[in-house]
Order: sequence, then C-alpha cells, then structure tokens
Amino acid sequence: MDLVFVIIVEMLYAVASLVLISAGLAIVFGMMKVINLAHGEFMMMGGYVTITAVTLGANIFLAMLVIAPVVVGLIGLVVERLVIRHLYGRLVDTMLATWGLSLFFIGLVTMIFGNTTTGISTPISGFTVGNYQVNGYNFFIILVAIVLLGLMFAVLKGTRLGLIARGAMQLPDMAAALGYSPERIYMATFFCGSALSGLAGAILAPLVGLVPTSGGAYIAKAFITVIAGGPSLIAGLMASSGLFGFISQIFTFAVSPVMGEVALLVAAVVLLRLLPQGVTGKFFKGRV
Amino acid sequence: MSINRRHFLASAAAATGALMLPRAVMAADTIKLGSVLDVSGIFDAYGKPMDMALRLAVSQINADGGLLGKQVEVVGYDTQSDMALYSQYAQQLVRQDKVDVVHGGILSASREAIRQTLHKNKTLYFYNVLYEGGVCDRNIFINGVTPAQQAEALVPYAMGKSGKKVYIVAADYNYGQITARWLQKFVADNGGETVGVDFFPLDVSDFGSTIAKIQTAGPDLVIAPLVGGAHLSFFRQWAAAGMKDRIALASTTLGVGNEHKVLTAEEGNGIMVAYNYSQELETPENKAFKKAWVAAGGDAGGMHELAVSNYHGVLTWAEGVRLAGSLERDAIIDALETGISITGPGGKVTVDPKTHHAVLDVHLMEFENQGMRVVETLPQRQPIDTQAVCDLVANPDDNTQYEIQI
Repeated sequence: MDLVFVIIVEMLYAVASLVLISAGLAIVFGMMKVINLAHGEFMMMGGYVTITAVTLGANIFLAMLVIAPVVVGLIGLVVERLVIRHLYGRLVDTMLATWGLSLFFIGLVTMIFGNTTTGISTPISGFTVGNYQVNGYNFFIILVAIVLLGLMFAVLKGTRLGLIARGAMQLPDMAAALGYSPERIYMATFFCGSALSGLAGAILAPLVGLVPTSGGAYIAKAFITVIAGGPSLIAGLMASSGLFGFISQIFTFAVSPVMGEVALLVAAVVLLRLLPQGVTGKFFKGRV
Repeated sequence: MSINRRHFLASAAAATGALMLPRAVMAADTIKLGSVLDVSGIFDAYGKPMDMALRLAVSQINADGGLLGKQVEVVGYDTQSDMALYSQYAQQLVRQDKVDVVHGGILSASREAIRQTLHKNKTLYFYNVLYEGGVCDRNIFINGVTPAQQAEALVPYAMGKSGKKVYIVAADYNYGQITARWLQKFVADNGGETVGVDFFPLDVSDFGSTIAKIQTAGPDLVIAPLVGGAHLSFFRQWAAAGMKDRIALASTTLGVGNEHKVLTAEEGNGIMVAYNYSQELETPENKAFKKAWVAAGGDAGGMHELAVSNYHGVLTWAEGVRLAGSLERDAIIDALETGISITGPGGKVTVDPKTHHAVLDVHLMEFENQGMRVVETLPQRQPIDTQAVCDLVANPDDNTQYEIQI
C-alpha cells in the first residue's frame, strides 16, 4: 500500500516536471510557431539566477517563483527585440538563430560561473510514508504545475488579454485591423514563454547539479511533449505530459531507468505515427 | 612604401621566422615535456587543476637544478574537451615539437586516442588519471587508482559500517559497468549480497523512482559509481528524500573533481569514499604541496585527486630520468621498471614493473563538512585487476586494453 502511494507520487511528479519543462516551449512554439532551440538554455539560466539570488541572501521561494522568471523573461525580451522579431514566419531561420543563441548562452554562463557543477539543496525536507521515505519537494513541484496550468487556462480563456493573444496568433491581420499591434502581442508572449522557461529551470534547480550545458538534457523531452500534445495549448500539454510521464515511470519501476527513457521515446514515435497532428489534433479539438 | 599582399606576407613570414629562431636554439638544451589536457570545455574542472599541478611539479624540478643539468620546458596544448584534438596534438608533439615525454589525457577515450600514436613513435607516455584498468602497453605508465584497488578497500569498510545487503547504482558506460562488476565481486567475497544493480545514462538527472525502488529492495548500503554533473543530482535527491540517515551511502567517483564542495554539508556528510588523495591528509608532503600550490597562484581548495595524480606522474618520470641518467626512452623505462617510488601529497607511489600501473596508498574517507576526513590509510595497494591480465615482463610487446573477466 505504501509502495502504491510512493509510485503514484513519483508518477505525478514525473508528469508535473514534464508540464513545467514544456510550458514555456508550448507557448513560444505552440502559439507563435517559433522553434526556440535555446529553450533549454533559458531553463539553465533560470537555475543559475536562482542559485545566485540564494547565495546573495534572497529567500529561496522568492528566488524561484519571482526573481528567476522575471530575469529570464527580461533576457527573453531582449532576445525577441534583437533577433526573433526579424524572423517571424521563417521557421528554419529561427531554428538556426536560436541554436546559435543556445551556444552563446552556454558560453556566456561558462564565462561567468565557470564550468563546474553548482547547486543548492531543496528547501523542503523528506518525510516518511510507512516504510518509505519520499522527497517532500516532489509535492511542491506537483503543486506548482497544477497552479501553472490553472493560471494559463484562466488567462487564456477568461481574460480579454488572453482573447487578444489567441486572436493575434490566429489572424494577425485581423487583430491589427481591430487596433491591436501584433508586434507588441508577440513580444509579450515571448516574454511570458521565456519567463515560464526560467521558472521551470529555477524550480528544478535544487534537484540537480547544474552546469552550463544542463539545458541540453531538457530540450528533447520538451519538444517531444509539445509536439505530441498538438495544437491545443493546455489540453495538449496535459495529455502528452500525463501519457509520457506515466509510461516512463511504469517502465522505470518495472524494468530500469534506461528502459523508462526508451519507453518514452517509443511511445512518442508510435503516437506521432498514429496521430501526426498530436493528441489534440484528433481529440479535444478546439480547446485551449 | 605601399603595403601590398605579397609584401605583407613576405615580411610576416620573416618576422615569424625571426621569432621562432631563439626558441629553436634554446630548445636544444632543455628537456621537453609535452602535455595534452582539457584546460577548457566541459572537462575543465578536471583539466585546469591538472595543468596547474603539472606546471607546479616542473617549476619545482627546475628550481632544484633541473634534470641531468638541463631545465625542463613544458610544451602544453589545450584539447578543449574535444577528442579529435587529442590525436592532432599528439602528432604535433611527436613530429614537430619532438618532446621527450608526454603527460596527459583525462577521459579513457582521450587516452586511447593518443596511446597508439605515442607507442608507434616510441614517445614515453604517462596517463595520470583514475580509470577502469586493463591497459597493458610497455610505453605507458599509469598511476591512478583502478576499480579493484578502490573497491577492495571501500567495500569491506562500508559494509562493516552498515550491513551485508548492497545496492549498486552506476554510470552506464565502460567505467561504471566494469566498476559495478568489481563491486559485486568484493561484496560477495566479503560475505554480502548484491540486492540490485541499476545503470544510468550520463544525462539522467531524475532519480526519484530509483530512490523508491532502492527502498523496496531494502539494502543496508548503496554504492554509487556515478559520473558527472547530471548524476550529482542523485546525491542531492537522496538527501532531499531524507534517505541519508536510513541507508548508508558510498561512492567510487564522488569527490574526484571536488564534488563534495558542491554538495552542502547536510547532503554530503557521512558518504564513504576511497581515493589516493584528500586535501585533509596530514602529511608533511601534502602540507608542502598545498603551500606551494597557493604560492604558485592556485585556488586554496582547488587541488583534487586527478591534479595530484598528475603531479605524482611528473615526479615519477623525473625520478626515472635521474636513475637512467639519460633521456633515451628505453633507458627510462628500464629505470622505472626497477620499481622506483616517489612520495607525493597522496603518499608513496611505486611503479609496478609487471603492469606499469601504480602501487599506492588508498585512503578510506568520509565526507565531513565539505571536506574528506581520512578514516584509515591502507598502505601500498596493488593494482590487482590489471595484474591479473597483464605481464609486461613476460610479454614486453603487448599492446592491448584488456577487459578483465571476473
């Protein structure tokens, strides 16, 4: 019984961390059709911002939930103004440009922080469930993922801002004709996407040893999740994160961690063969 | 006078030639020590202190009057954590710089990239890094600890402090695989039982489910030959789950690149390791080394296992040259094969004539407040794994890396 509980917690945690890893990319890629290959580096910078802020004496939750997203969001804003805005609608060019950006950020962070592994410890202690010890931080990650999805849904579906953003993504000319500047909407959206990437990196930072090249570990999973999710932002994110998190954890427990990763990739390949438009290309059509 | 392209090229070539001239003249009466290390790139945490240690050893040798009445000159190349550059620079050291000896290489892949070049060109090679064991080649000398040297010491100690049931979590490449086999052997030899073995690709950084799985198996001890930044997460998540006070933890890799300074004291305290070097060793050699290191401009806490191995390697080579009284490769090999020893910061290091590996002190240690407290020193451990397959006295022409069957 205890074991079942522990496995469920680990599964929810896996799903939640996929949601976090992919949310920023889902906004930038899903809404703006910009392939941001520097997504992993935005996360990595979120981690470094958190660690720096904590060593400078900031409260760790403040650092993770406020400072890191704002700082990384601002970096994203600069990137959007200088690079991305010239490349809207040019898929391959944005790939090349953002790949260059990712190399640039790795180099920059290496110059500032050096190439050694850094990190901070988790702020929440573990606790006991029957015969098992569980990482208390897992619950924090699950909580953040739920709140994040809730907020995204509320903003996109419930506010005028969300409506404008969605409208501008679908028909920029029409939005412009109605008096909204697509350029500014794109800018704001990219800011939000970058901030979410920074948030994800910040929240995962206490669980990992951070090096400037850490971003590479996230990028593949993030893309797989977003692409398998399909056109609907939130429904797609939930569907594919849930599916992949579940499958990888089942195989990790039953066989080995390597098989867990393999199962995730096999599931992604099969899924995209059956549903080339992603899960929400077929089901939950028209949802946010 | 106008500058055109041809004129510019001609004068540039002349200037370069003039610059090179004094060096070439000077080089005739120095001994050239070639070094290839990753001083930048993802492995620079290992390579930078190694380079520092090598230069420190050479400057100390030169301050004492050099070798055979000549000064030693370092010809160093930065391989930038790029395996392709190793073979290129090895060729350059051999053909162009005509060095007398090469020290260097960090990953096993980098060693194998240059070993054959140096073997073919009869240039003596020192590989000064802890590695998976089994290299058998008369042209190479290796002074890092091998898995058996470590595991033979670590396993009985760690089991004695915890219990008989052991779980192994290892990195999924040759080092981790081979080390895991040795660990299993020594667990069995000491009357214990291995209740589980898991391997992780180098980029896995999420160990939550593994930690739950380990608890289902209920071991007394977890041994972790994990490698690199992503795997550091295991130790962090282990502590975050509150496992530290429930199941004992040992590692064969943690601390080699000073990882114990990255983990907080709460995360690290009590983890058991076994290496040739700790900054906390209270020997006169280590105190002198640490002083010289800081005096040479090094970071006070920056020296680690691999840096000290590199330092030992240069001292061993110098001792061989002194004994041989010559720079001839075969004379130096013969001198080293008499089983000479040096005493460095990590203790006494003796060349094993049969394998060209090192007989050295292994220190059992526990992490304590971001340091490695030495619990016990096991003097002069033999490289038994490589000894089982390699005998260069009987087969001097051997040139293989054996996979050791256990």
